[in-house]
Amino acid sequence: MKQENTIMENQLFRPLDLKKKMRPGESVIQALLFIAGLGSIFITLAIVYELGKEAWLFFGNPDVTFAKFFGTTTWQPGIGHFGIWPLVTSTLITSSIAIFVSLPLGLAVALFLSEYASPKARSALKPILEILAGIPTVVYGYFALLFMTPLLQSIFGKQTVEVYNMASAGLVMGIMILPLISSMSEDALSAVPRALREGAYAMGATKFETSVQVVLPAALSGIGAALIIGISRAIGETMIVAIAAGSGPNFTFNPFKAAETMTGHIARISGGDLSYNSIDYTSLFAIALMLFLVTLILNLISQGIINKFRQRYE
Amino acid sequence: MNNINAPDIAIETKNLFIFYGSFAAVSEVNIKIEKQKVTAIIGPSGCGKSTLIRAFNRMNDFVPSSYVTGEILLQGQNLYGKNIDPVEVRRKIGMVFQKPNPFPKSIYENISWGAKINGFKGNMDELVEQSLRGAALWDEVKDKLKKSAYELSGGQQQRLCIARTIAIQPEIILMDEPASALDPISTLRIEELMQELKKNYTIIIVTHNMQQAARVSDYTAMMMLEKDGSRSGTVIEFSETKKIFTNPKDKRTEDYVTGRFG
Ligand SMILES: Nc1ncnc2c1ncn2[C@@H]1O[C@H](COP(=O)(O)OP(=O)(O)OP(=O)(O)O)[C@@H](O)[C@H]1O
Ligand SMILES: [Mg+2]
Repeated sequence: MKQENTIMENQLFRPLDLKKKMRPGESVIQALLFIAGLGSIFITLAIVYELGKEAWLFFGNPDVTFAKFFGTTTWQPGIGHFGIWPLVTSTLITSSIAIFVSLPLGLAVALFLSEYASPKARSALKPILEILAGIPTVVYGYFALLFMTPLLQSIFGKQTVEVYNMASAGLVMGIMILPLISSMSEDALSAVPRALREGAYAMGATKFETSVQVVLPAALSGIGAALIIGISRAIGETMIVAIAAGSGPNFTFNPFKAAETMTGHIARISGGDLSYNSIDYTSLFAIALMLFLVTLILNLISQGIINKFRQRYE
Repeated sequence: MNNINAPDIAIETKNLFIFYGSFAAVSEVNIKIEKQKVTAIIGPSGCGKSTLIRAFNRMNDFVPSSYVTGEILLQGQNLYGKNIDPVEVRRKIGMVFQKPNPFPKSIYENISWGAKINGFKGNMDELVEQSLRGAALWDEVKDKLKKSAYELSGGQQQRLCIARTIAIQPEIILMDEPASALDPISTLRIEELMQELKKNYTIIIVTHNMQQAARVSDYTAMMMLEKDGSRSGTVIEFSETKKIFTNPKDKRTEDYVTGRFG
């Protein structure tokens, strides 16, 4: 009792002071955060600058024109063929296969983990996914070549499925992205308030109706973020496609044929000895810039789709 | 023993205990709730009001440690009987929660979704309009049915939640402090709505607001923790609201409704 009184009195007799106070800790933290933000912008700009500088040399070459670059379908800079499309299409095909595998599967795993799994099943399944996420991509590459390709050949026939092919690489890339998509989606699903689930159950909804028709749409923006990161990861993935998708640009839409992706091509060409001013060397930067652009465009498209949903639902 | 409820009884509890693990949050409740009346449940915080009301539509099933002994009878059937499907129970006994929780869908779909999953085959536009009119919301939203439900104010969202509940045409509507997050005007609208709704539905409402209980309800159940120190809540008095507020039998009820406790 006595102590309480003194606290009260202290409060009462303290002079009123509303002047601005120095808070050095706050300012330091604010400055550090600002520098971190600035740093990431600077690094991005530096990368774009470096890419752009070399790509500029490439496009400055009198033999190279935008019409050839975007208008033809053979890529062999050494002998004057500058059509980028074979590299772009194989990147898009392998990435699409990867997303078509990993998105539905990843969502199913996420739904199972967040809505259905008992604590026991969860604690068994999550480490397995973490192991999947920790496997080096070079191992995935050989898994594609030595397991997935023979499997595809035994299903569709050796005539149809080439030893190096985009389907095998894409499928294995999907497995590689699966843990990423499922764990990010699970976070999004688990963050959906309990009240929303209860609201659905109180309407006489079953567990499946609640999970798929109420919880899933409520988690859509988080799932969209997972999708965007998954797409970027698939487009940028190098090792798996370099090992299993084939070496040599090939303009084809048949996933069972060999075709080199943008990343695979960069990795292979830059692995050999290149002189710094050769057209082969500068062409790599043009491809890298293109890669950057494709990723950016796909990100913008997915972001647009997500925003549309968000406007409707949030 | 006649197990069929009297025709004017909507729901009845017999020697009902509700546990969380080994803790009996609610013990020995025997009440009969009349059809097409508003019944209020009042009592201090933590005495088990939410626990009791959530037992009526088996929402406590989602708390893994919880279980029930005794019976809750709906038209003679024990809701906790062996062959009872909780999903079917919830289709007959709807619930409106303390905080409005509309679905992440359009206003229209918020109403139509429940009807759809309940197998409604009739004219959906008509049902949506009827339900929104029933919840006194139609005039405010009729021009923006395709808009997200999250664009509505809290009070409108709560009436939307009532509308989606009446769209599935339950027998009983449970409301757990439905107006506690709302301003006085929205609260008044919901109270008026209850008077309207009781023509067709049985309503059970938990409230902390004594005036509200006095205004809207026909019957009142007064809950309190047991005196034995077990921290277990029970219904200490259940009768007509008028009686509870003017001439209560139990001293504790009198203290509580007049604001003297402890
Ligand atoms: N999920 C739960 N698990 C364990 N105990 C619980 C759970 N929910 C409630 N309880 C306990 O049950 C008792 C009754 O809680 P309940 O929420 O029913 O009270 P209430 O009367 O609704 O209170 P309020 O007026 O504050 O909403 C409390 O002692 C509470 O701690
Ligand atoms: Mg409560």
